[in-house]
Amino acid sequence: MTDRLPGFSTLAVHAGAQPDPTTGARVTPIYQTTSFVFNDADHAASLFGLQAFGNIYTRIGNPTTAVLEERMAALEGGTAALAVASGHAAQVVVLQQLLMPGDEFIAARKLYGGSINQFTHAFKSFGWNVAWADPDDIASFERAVTPRTKAIFIESIANPAGSITDIEAIADVARNAGVPLIVDNTLATPYLIRPIDHGADIVVHSLTKFLGGHGNSLGGIIVDGGTFDWSKENKYPMLSEPRPEYHGIRIQETFGNFAFAIACRVLGLRDLGPALSPFNAFMILTGIETLPLRMQKHCENAKAVAEFLAGHPAVASVNYAGLAGDKYNQLARKYAPKGAGAVFTFSLRGGYDAGVSLVSNLKLFSHLANVGDTRSLVIHPASTTHSQLDDDAKVRSGAGPDVVRLSIGIEDKEDLIGDLAQALSA
Amino acid sequence: MNHDAYDDNYIRGILNSVKSIAMVGASPVNVRPSYFAFKYLAQRGYDMIPVNPGHVGKQLLGKPFVASLTDIGRPVDMIDIFRSSAHIMPVVDEVLTLSPLPKVIWMQLGARDDAAAEKAEAAGIKVVMNRCPKIEYGRLSSEISWMGVNSRTLSSKRAPIPTQGMRLSLNRMSVGGGATAASDRAAKNKSEPT
Ligand SMILES: Cc1ncc(COP(=O)(O)O)c(C=O)c1O
Repeated sequence: MTDRLPGFSTLAVHAGAQPDPTTGARVTPIYQTTSFVFNDADHAASLFGLQAFGNIYTRIGNPTTAVLEERMAALEGGTAALAVASGHAAQVVVLQQLLMPGDEFIAARKLYGGSINQFTHAFKSFGWNVAWADPDDIASFERAVTPRTKAIFIESIANPAGSITDIEAIADVARNAGVPLIVDNTLATPYLIRPIDHGADIVVHSLTKFLGGHGNSLGGIIVDGGTFDWSKENKYPMLSEPRPEYHGIRIQETFGNFAFAIACRVLGLRDLGPALSPFNAFMILTGIETLPLRMQKHCENAKAVAEFLAGHPAVASVNYAGLAGDKYNQLARKYAPKGAGAVFTFSLRGGYDAGVSLVSNLKLFSHLANVGDTRSLVIHPASTTHSQLDDDAKVRSGAGPDVVRLSIGIEDKEDLIGDLAQALSA
Repeated sequence: MNHDAYDDNYIRGILNSVKSIAMVGASPVNVRPSYFAFKYLAQRGYDMIPVNPGHVGKQLLGKPFVASLTDIGRPVDMIDIFRSSAHIMPVVDEVLTLSPLPKVIWMQLGARDDAAAEKAEAAGIKVVMNRCPKIEYGRLSSEISWMGVNSRTLSSKRAPIPTQGMRLSLNRMSVGGGATAASDRAAKNKSEPT
């Protein structure tokens, strides 16, 4: 045995998993069961009272899902994680631990369109108010802080344009404001960026994308960085105050540096209910085993496609942080030296109509509303993912009418470039 | 001794070798962290002794409270201190009057007093600070993985079959896996425990 800590690829294959003690099964079994038998009445009471570690009911936890959770915690360098049914569910569960009605959080303007909708509309009925800030203007985050601010939310690599966020600068704002920084790391994955190393306190993912990686399963996860002191200012009563639903337990005092993940599980997932299916957990776990290999290929292909488009006469501009002249290239070199991801946008000289015809002429790229699949994908955000935003907000979030978004897969890059070439000249 | 990060084998060695544990600050209230840890460790076979002058005359899971360490009246292997950092030194001073001395002084999650640790170590006592023996037991047995916690261990070996639903072996062949450097940094920066 050596002192060397295992590297990322080793963790991607092994973390959280071990041969099944009973059967010897090497691959993590799918524990497709709703519930788990107690040893006796005292064991049941201990589990319900959070006094013992163990399984009760799959809405609260499941052994297959637990392997996925531990693996993601290890890959992100966090203390613990909680898997849920989707990326959106992860966002609800996180904010439910942090905000009371009338509270606020600050979010970067450049986000997945669905997140902008969720924050603007769905959360309004919970009394959670979002204040928008511009990730390219750090001072706009500082200006948005008020006494009711409870969190800051950003994407590491932002959907749809693949822009890179200065995580450390915004982490400083969060620290000065005494609030946690939440980073949606979906488009980067921990292979490219580990936000906790840059000062984030909580990481969320849509596992649906590169982590699952094959476009076959929805999932989401919350990773607890273990970095935030929830009890310091009594701003976070879910973590620092006695919880009536657990007869007066204080979550942080009891669970220390993985208290946030436990709060998400026993106060969030337990009561809101968006549990991940064990089958989906299994599919996503299998995907994660090849994450490093896939991300290398995704990034290599994306750079080649972006370079091709940048040189094409029908293309007005390409937004890919991996390109030398790109506005975000400096940030990409700092935060994502292994590659700038595989989701980016470009705009066509022919505007909206050219975008629509490109999408219909492509033969290998699939026209659909997802990213992070082995298959290459294309979409016109203005008419789909970002269609509910007004025109101004579309442009500000990088989804103007002339913009086409690509998610580059792991096919042969020559075939992807060939498909784009024929569609652009058709 | 580096008290910022402990080697798994150091913790494993302690939890495998001690048999009796006196818990200073044990609470009979069943939602207090000390109660959780007391019960968990008792179920795993440790001979637990609750120490709390405020509860003498009562019992904790069938074990009578004693007022102080000197009242235990028999040798103990480990003293688990469930008090905040400011209250550690007097307890360590009391420990150092015991004969024989215990093998280990363990300070709970959030509690750390480097001067007290140095004093105890000078007397040949092993010290653990700012950790919970329940969490460390659960981590090394991998039982804590059921809660999605990063156990920071990896193993390709078949784990021992659980006994009465409990994973009791701390001797899983494992390698350290997955640093949580950021959280260790946070723990260090943290002011007083609650
Ligand atoms: C960056 C980002 N965050 C969150 C989500 C929402 O995830 P899910 O669809 O799994 O709810 C998505 C989905 O497209 C996304 O791209």
